[in-house]
Amino acid sequence: MTDDYIKHKYAPILPSKDEWPVVKLSKGRKEFIKKVANASKDRVIEQTGGNMDILKEELETTLYREKLRIKQNPWAVDPDDEFEFWNKVKSVLVQLSAESSIPNAQKKKKYIEILDDITIRYAEEIASNFQHTHYKLTRSVVTFGFARLLNAARVKGIKSIFSNQFSLQDKIQIIGETDQLRDLASKGTIVMVPTHFSNLDSILIGWIISVLGLPPFIYGAGLNLFNIQIFAYFMNSLGAYKVDRRKKNLIYLETLKNYSSESIQFGVHSLFFPGGTRSRSGKIESKLKLGLLSTAVEAQRANYQKGQQGSGGKIFIVPVTINYHFVLEAPSLIKEHLSLTGQERYYQESDEFSTSYKISKFLVKFFTKGSDISVSIGKAMDVLGNYVDTEGRSLDKNGRIIETRDYFISNGIVSEDTQREEEYTNQLGRRIVEEFHIINRVFSSHLVAFTAFQIIKKQNRKLDLFNLLRLPEEDIAIPYEFFKEECQRVLNRIMEIRQDGKVHVAPHLKRDIDSIIEHGLSNVGMYHAKRPLVKSKEGNIETQDLNLLYFYHNRLDGYGLEKLF
Amino acid sequence: MDSKSFSKKKSVGVVGMGSFGTVIANMLAEKSNVIVYARRPELVQEINTQHAADGNPVNPTIEATVNPEYLCESCDVLFFMVPSAGFQEVVKAFSPFLHPYHIVIHGTKGLCLNLPKGKTLADMKKITRENILTMSEVILKETVVVRVGCLAGPNLAKELSKGQPAATVVASRFNEVILEGQRLLRSDKFQVYGNSDIIGVELSGVLKNIIAIAAGALAGMGLGENARGLLISRGMVELIYLGNALGGSLKSFIGLAGIGDLVATCSSTLSRNYTVGFRLAQGETLDQIINSMEEVAEGINTVKLIKTFVEGTGMRAPITENLYKVLFEDLKIEEALQYLMKYPFSVDVDFL
Repeated sequence: MTDDYIKHKYAPILPSKDEWPVVKLSKGRKEFIKKVANASKDRVIEQTGGNMDILKEELETTLYREKLRIKQNPWAVDPDDEFEFWNKVKSVLVQLSAESSIPNAQKKKKYIEILDDITIRYAEEIASNFQHTHYKLTRSVVTFGFARLLNAARVKGIKSIFSNQFSLQDKIQIIGETDQLRDLASKGTIVMVPTHFSNLDSILIGWIISVLGLPPFIYGAGLNLFNIQIFAYFMNSLGAYKVDRRKKNLIYLETLKNYSSESIQFGVHSLFFPGGTRSRSGKIESKLKLGLLSTAVEAQRANYQKGQQGSGGKIFIVPVTINYHFVLEAPSLIKEHLSLTGQERYYQESDEFSTSYKISKFLVKFFTKGSDISVSIGKAMDVLGNYVDTEGRSLDKNGRIIETRDYFISNGIVSEDTQREEEYTNQLGRRIVEEFHIINRVFSSHLVAFTAFQIIKKQNRKLDLFNLLRLPEEDIAIPYEFFKEECQRVLNRIMEIRQDGKVHVAPHLKRDIDSIIEHGLSNVGMYHAKRPLVKSKEGNIETQDLNLLYFYHNRLDGYGLEKLF
Repeated sequence: MDSKSFSKKKSVGVVGMGSFGTVIANMLAEKSNVIVYARRPELVQEINTQHAADGNPVNPTIEATVNPEYLCESCDVLFFMVPSAGFQEVVKAFSPFLHPYHIVIHGTKGLCLNLPKGKTLADMKKITRENILTMSEVILKETVVVRVGCLAGPNLAKELSKGQPAATVVASRFNEVILEGQRLLRSDKFQVYGNSDIIGVELSGVLKNIIAIAAGALAGMGLGENARGLLISRGMVELIYLGNALGGSLKSFIGLAGIGDLVATCSSTLSRNYTVGFRLAQGETLDQIINSMEEVAEGINTVKLIKTFVEGTGMRAPITENLYKVLFEDLKIEEALQYLMKYPFSVDVDFL
């Protein structure tokens, strides 16, 4: 991967929308939901070992948790008949357990019927509602609208709203393996796995997918985002399916996983944020949520079981990092991270963007004020994390062509082995994290934030992290010359790591150190009310918000750079 | 490989025909077709014509070859039974012919070094965990095989070859590898346990060799069972601390591959590592011993490696450190023992 920006328009790889897998999927939506629900039902029955009592218990647990959720944590987006539905489930369950005269086989059938109802309801709830006309409209709104805002903000104020001097591609730079991605998208099925720092990421990625001429991807979006009308519209038109993080019962999770797996098998390109939620600490995700990732492995095996050969039924994992100078949500994210550290289990999903007004304000601010963003597209891998060539064939470490199918073979045939696939998913997760660090692009702002925080940490060696962050900001001042030396040291190390091909850097890091620092200081968290890093009148480096400094510093975590201090 | 033309069961492969490799090949041959690989053409000749490997009898159904490609094509499951010193090289020779469908189980109780290019252990001031590879890690690093397992436990080759009852552990992160190992090896006289902590099981087999040398030395000095009991139990503590530092779990160390193997090798004159210690105490030098042994005592290399690792971490491992001095720095065994007796161990069990 080079460090150069790619800035040209791509022709769509599938010009006719009827060829888009996601359109095909939405045409057969009904049958597809049925298929997902059935597969999920079978999976739950399999997990209960066909034992009626366990199934009954699972149903009762689900009922109990759902009723609790409806009572304690209702959302605007929840359907109106929810209460009714679960009440019905309850009365059937009560009736069944009271009846002692019905033979067990019949009872079991009834329980399975309830299960069937629930999985159909869940599948219905999860399923995306892709509509091509909406998609087209949204795409033009995003490109046109934001380009206008951008020009207004950048060129000469409001008068230049119709200037075309800047296009969105000036603001959002795409680098990396775009051609490979396009090639493979027409051969097999893509699963894109980006890092996740901001709520804007999904719209951003949606836009990038369209710029690259790819048909829309489907992806799981938190149901909370559908609470807001404007977001719900965007999400639906981009092909989002809904993930409700409040529901943690087995039946829901199985349905969700099956939805994803079946869509991939259907040939629909997908997008997962493998970190699960936005990175609250500002670190690149190092522990991934493997649930959805496992569906890619499972779908790959299922495709081979169906006898698909070559790259046709092949699934390609494409890691993507999104690099920011400025994350608007940083203050609330880091606050949450700090208050949650070690207590994640007790965390309740909250909903910080509560109104359409707030979110619009956020978008306007982002596109008019936010500084440049770059998106790095990584090399495609197979589901075991092996790189693939332009034809989509997997390569081993020595460049020999290998068959991904062979990973699923035992005694000569492709077989299903859940435990094996779990291990493969772990391995894939590790590879994605590795790739994230490799394709990550270091910005000047990351460099200055990292260096400054490490200096402060070193000067207060005896304090633990939480006490360190409680230091009064006005007491902290780093002399510029010293800061410069330290930045140079960190930069040198980063360049060494880059030499080894383990990280990428933005072109602006090739300037001299003074201008890098200046660039970094003016960009790091530039539109926060309190700036993470500023240069005082005396020329010292100071901070106005240590928590934020910590957040931006975390971006360079995982490269062993702290050993320099 | 084309699965559709798959009709008859494939053979099982054994790589390396030392004493342990030969025993395993013979055990596998009771149930399966076995093809073995050996590097020396004269050994292959001996196996194919006289049904013996360096004089040890070999099941007449076993076929031998010098061709890695043939072995890989004929077998889905391969047992690597090569000493650690040559392990990396052999694995590299097989790597071009191995595919993701292969299952590899190894039985080597040693470690490999993974140093930057052109460096040797002597150049390194300190080494970290990344510089040490267990055999399964070597396989994962050098090949595309992911379904890797290991064999470990009290399996003295001479006793196994006589058909005495014994047990082993097959460890792998993959259940199917464990099941396959059990299916292939299990017999009336051979029990096979499974363990998912492959690193812990590998380390058990590796680290116990250090204690085995020490046990041999005590016996060579004419000391009795009290001393042995002391050594085994303190050795166990050291093994657990080192093993944890290297990424194994406690549970594996107190299992068959840990305690089981430790007790067997610390009490048996059939063990090579024990013999090294024994002869040292009788006054021979290390060179004399190495030159007159037919097969490698893995423990010697392990002591060297682990001692360097311990220095890098700032841990203390009194038995390993003193054994190092005895082996490589001419410390008298009596002095080393003196030192250990004075060492301020105070707590009996502090790892549970």
